[in-house]
Amino acid sequence: MRFEELDDLYHATILEHRRHPRNSDRLEDPDITADGVNPFCGDEIHIQIALDSEGRVSRVGLQGVGCAINQATGSMLSDAIQGKTLDEVAALSRSFNDLMTGGPHSDGLGELTTLESVRQFPIRIKCALLAWSALDEGIEDYAPARSR
Amino acid sequence: MLDSGKIREDFPILSKKVYGKPLVWLDNAATSQKPRSVIQSLVDYYEGYNANVHRGVHALSIESTDAFELARQKVADFIHADAAESIVWTRNTTEAINLVANTWARDNIGAGDEILLTPMEHHSNLVPWQKVAQENGARLKFIPMHEDGTLDLENIDAIFGPRTKLLAIVHVSNSMGTINPVKELAARAHAVGAMVLVDGAQSVPHMPVDVNDLDCDFLAFSGHKMLGPTGIGVLYAKRDVLEEMDPFLRGGEMVLEVWYDRATWNALPMRFEAGTPNIADAIGLGAAVDYLQALGMENVRQHEVELTGYGLKRFEELDEVVVYGPQNPDVRGGAILFNAADIHPHDLGTIMDRQGIAIRTGHHCTMPLMRTLGVAATARASFYVYNTTQEVDTLVDGLKEALEYFAHEVRGA
Ligand SMILES: Cc1ncc(COP(=O)(O)O)c(C=O)c1O
Repeated sequence: MRFEELDDLYHATILEHRRHPRNSDRLEDPDITADGVNPFCGDEIHIQIALDSEGRVSRVGLQGVGCAINQATGSMLSDAIQGKTLDEVAALSRSFNDLMTGGPHSDGLGELTTLESVRQFPIRIKCALLAWSALDEGIEDYAPARSR
Repeated sequence: MLDSGKIREDFPILSKKVYGKPLVWLDNAATSQKPRSVIQSLVDYYEGYNANVHRGVHALSIESTDAFELARQKVADFIHADAAESIVWTRNTTEAINLVANTWARDNIGAGDEILLTPMEHHSNLVPWQKVAQENGARLKFIPMHEDGTLDLENIDAIFGPRTKLLAIVHVSNSMGTINPVKELAARAHAVGAMVLVDGAQSVPHMPVDVNDLDCDFLAFSGHKMLGPTGIGVLYAKRDVLEEMDPFLRGGEMVLEVWYDRATWNALPMRFEAGTPNIADAIGLGAAVDYLQALGMENVRQHEVELTGYGLKRFEELDEVVVYGPQNPDVRGGAILFNAADIHPHDLGTIMDRQGIAIRTGHHCTMPLMRTLGVAATARASFYVYNTTQEVDTLVDGLKEALEYFAHEVRGA
């Protein structure tokens, strides 16, 4: 096979998420919205999050326009943050960033760990981080309104 | 057709391998590669006669000033400008357009006036005009476009009017390759008293351009897209227009006499070149012009017509691939813009990259155009003098492999 090294990037889990993105319906009544654009390539990500009475993520909507890596990461993210408090989501985001930059990261990343292969294609790391940085900003914007 | 095989020997970078595969450089619309003569001209300058220009009485300064001004003359001759004074050095096309926006346009475009553009402008020939429109209360107006990326000129009479003050238009679209009828549109603009700025970033490097024939008031282009170094660009402006324009940046070099409270301006074109200019790269651009002149711009154009025609024909083999822009290579520049099935251009770009093929993916600095085309991003292959039909074959075969790869991987998932 001529593209063996590419198989690490486009592995089955990523391609499956790209084909069948999770939680892609837009939420009409979100508590948090987060939008990200990569000005260099035009990729977009739009996230809506609804919280339950305990401040945990109860529903997620995520729509993306972009490459397989961007799409798959968003889809995995939308699953991974379900049921988490915003602090836990922020911790997960830090952990994912660590995974992408080669630092030590916690084990709680689940399926997201499969994206580690993107590191072999440094130019594509930003594709995997777009949804997460948008999410970080969305949470930050929401934080002042949060009663701690 | 040009002897690309022989031309390739002049470009050291073309013998490079990426991921163990021969480099296939098809990102020429972004920037071109450089022949040895251009690279050597930089070395010669820094090793042999590096000195500031227009400032010294010593030998090296005289030598560098002569070379710097000779390069200006070469560029003037290249675009058939009447005088070297019409050539203002800038960093690139973008700076050249900003110069006009911040001087002539700021002073001559008023409330209710119209700036006429096309839907295919590069951000460089759009965003500066947005600022002028906002600050001066003017309006941006767009000539309509057909689906194939050519301008819709049916109601052109209604488009130009007494309020039209400037037509700012891309000569050859960097995205779709469309060649716009600039000469005809310039005549219409002048008929209503409007000025004409042509973005020549993709025309000057690839075809004969004659500013007197086009009768444009301004022409902007970049050295790095025409075999020259980065960091040097050109604003051509008609002499009488330049004479009337206020300076852009102020400081040394652009002044004649200075008092503590005021100054007078230097002669053209120095009036628009504040501070120490990019001497080495201007000389390098002169060497690039020599190289292109030796090839002959008619031949350069013909070579690209043939490559593009061949490419468009071979693309027809790819059922899953959509090609944007005019289909007739005689009315388009050497760029092919496309999308492949549902493979995102970035994924495509990565797969091509691993085969040594450099194509551009994304919005090509024409985000509004991408929206008009109804796509978020596209892939683009663009040609130049050293590209060959074999490389077009490599591109098409590579695309086939990519399509196959993705189809296969998805089935396997
Ligand atoms: C049509 C067109 N206009 C303007 C530009 C801007 O050129 P530069 O980045 O050299 O200023 C480009 C190149 O990207 C272009 O293709």
